[in-house]
Amino acid sequence: MTRSSFAERNLRILFPLPAIIFIAALMVFPVLYTLYLSFSNWNLTSGMPAEFVGVGSYVRVLAEPRFLHALGRTFTFTVFAVAIEAFLGVTIAIILNRAFFGKSVAKLLLLLPLVATPVAVGIVFNLFYDPTIGLLNFALDALGFPQGRWVSSEKTVLMSLILVDVWQWTPMITLIVLAGLAGLSEEPTEAARVDGASEWQILRYVTIPLVMPVILTAMILRLIDALKTFDIIFAMTGGGPGYASETLNIMGFKYSFEYFRMGQASVILVVLFLVVLLCSLGIMKLRAASEL
Amino acid sequence: MKNKFVSSMLFYLLVAVIALVVLFPFLWMLSSSFKTQVDITAWPPKLFFVPTLQNYRKVFEEQDFLKYFMNSTIVGAVSVGLSLVLGLPAAYSISRYAQNKLAVFILLARLMPGISFLMPWYIIFSRLGLMDSYVALILSHMLISLPIVVWIMSTYFSTIPRELEESAMVDGATRQYAFLRIILPLCGPGIITAMTLSFIFSWNNFMFSQVLSMEKTKTLPIAVYNFISYAEVDWGGVMAAAVAIMAPAILLTMVFQRYVVKGLTMGAVKG
Repeated sequence: MTRSSFAERNLRILFPLPAIIFIAALMVFPVLYTLYLSFSNWNLTSGMPAEFVGVGSYVRVLAEPRFLHALGRTFTFTVFAVAIEAFLGVTIAIILNRAFFGKSVAKLLLLLPLVATPVAVGIVFNLFYDPTIGLLNFALDALGFPQGRWVSSEKTVLMSLILVDVWQWTPMITLIVLAGLAGLSEEPTEAARVDGASEWQILRYVTIPLVMPVILTAMILRLIDALKTFDIIFAMTGGGPGYASETLNIMGFKYSFEYFRMGQASVILVVLFLVVLLCSLGIMKLRAASEL
Repeated sequence: MKNKFVSSMLFYLLVAVIALVVLFPFLWMLSSSFKTQVDITAWPPKLFFVPTLQNYRKVFEEQDFLKYFMNSTIVGAVSVGLSLVLGLPAAYSISRYAQNKLAVFILLARLMPGISFLMPWYIIFSRLGLMDSYVALILSHMLISLPIVVWIMSTYFSTIPRELEESAMVDGATRQYAFLRIILPLCGPGIITAMTLSFIFSWNNFMFSQVLSMEKTKTLPIAVYNFISYAEVDWGGVMAAAVAIMAPAILLTMVFQRYVVKGLTMGAVKG
């Protein structure tokens, strides 16, 4: 009896405790360890212990053009991918936001890209992009356009990768916005219609502002993941050709598991971590402001 | 009247275009998986061809795909199961005691780039001799599923009236008894949502297994990736492998469609 009342009094600590310990051990401790390593110089293959160098690794990595390019590329990839996904996703949601024959099938189809294994998706798109046997070049050729080199050209590789991300994740924005639209009350729209507003005006001045918070939340979710995009880039180009599609995540991975330069890798990971954190916080602020 | 007909035709045309764009990569992958290497590399690309099963034979007979399939299933199932054990009580507590800071703490694992734990894990697991072990893989995949379980279930618990367990407690039941016997049995739909989503995310995860597993515990995404890292790409084989890895996730999604949509759109709509 006394034992159970002890448990009951402390339930709010005992119930979450295992999860807290787990997260502390597998997330907090490793992140602190990464932070610690970022102040060292340590090549795992050298057999030498980590050497404390203060901000030495930061100075070295942050001044490297390769790093600065990767940082810029991470933003370019994210901004373009999320902007295109938001635009297409919201447009498609508005198109589909009515009762029609086959709507549930359409929604099921939209789910498929979201659950498709990204590595496999990347490989399928590589087949489309293949310069000599790919369907895309065949289509361009048939339409009389010059063929592209897609992921094998430094100029087009990032755009080609963004396209894959757009194919896979636009449906997520659509589904979230559709759910948001379904939850809106009819009244404001009806009132605007009675007042003689055109369909376009209703959309522009009533519907979209009402679902704006949902749109922004969907964009935050996408943004967080887009900054961390790894699978498709790694599978499709490995960051190449050259370093032309190397984002922070890919660069961090290579420094860690190909060069084993753990100190410098940690610097990249710390920066990536901060980028994700600051961007999410920034947009959450924006979202809060839009709700005023 | 005519105008309405035209606009509805236009609407369906638009829906058909969207559906085609979404489906096309799947269809092309499926059809390529039944093509010979000659048919795949044919120019112009072939729409009609004599189907062959040789790619699937290669994937399942030469590549030991069944083993990787089992590995993915074991890692996914065990990590999701353990995440429920840890996550359900935590989510209940977050919902009932409004522990928002705790929720944010656990959800940080969803926010952060996986690689910022993966690199230290690699060092630690190597030291502990846990590389290429199920333990390491399951622990890493739990960090994927636990935040999903907590996120979905804390929202779900909040939709269940407190009066239910409170009246049981008035009758002398302890809160933990009420949680196990009264609340949890009502949470079937939420638990299915959490399980389906976290299993799919674990199934599709590439980065953790790529680093932590080798031959013994290799999971499907790595096996698929290894197909292309050989010198010459065996397109038919890769496509068959891609079909094999996507089929279970798609099947799960079709069976639990309602739950998957709910899980993916949940927090965003609630605000």
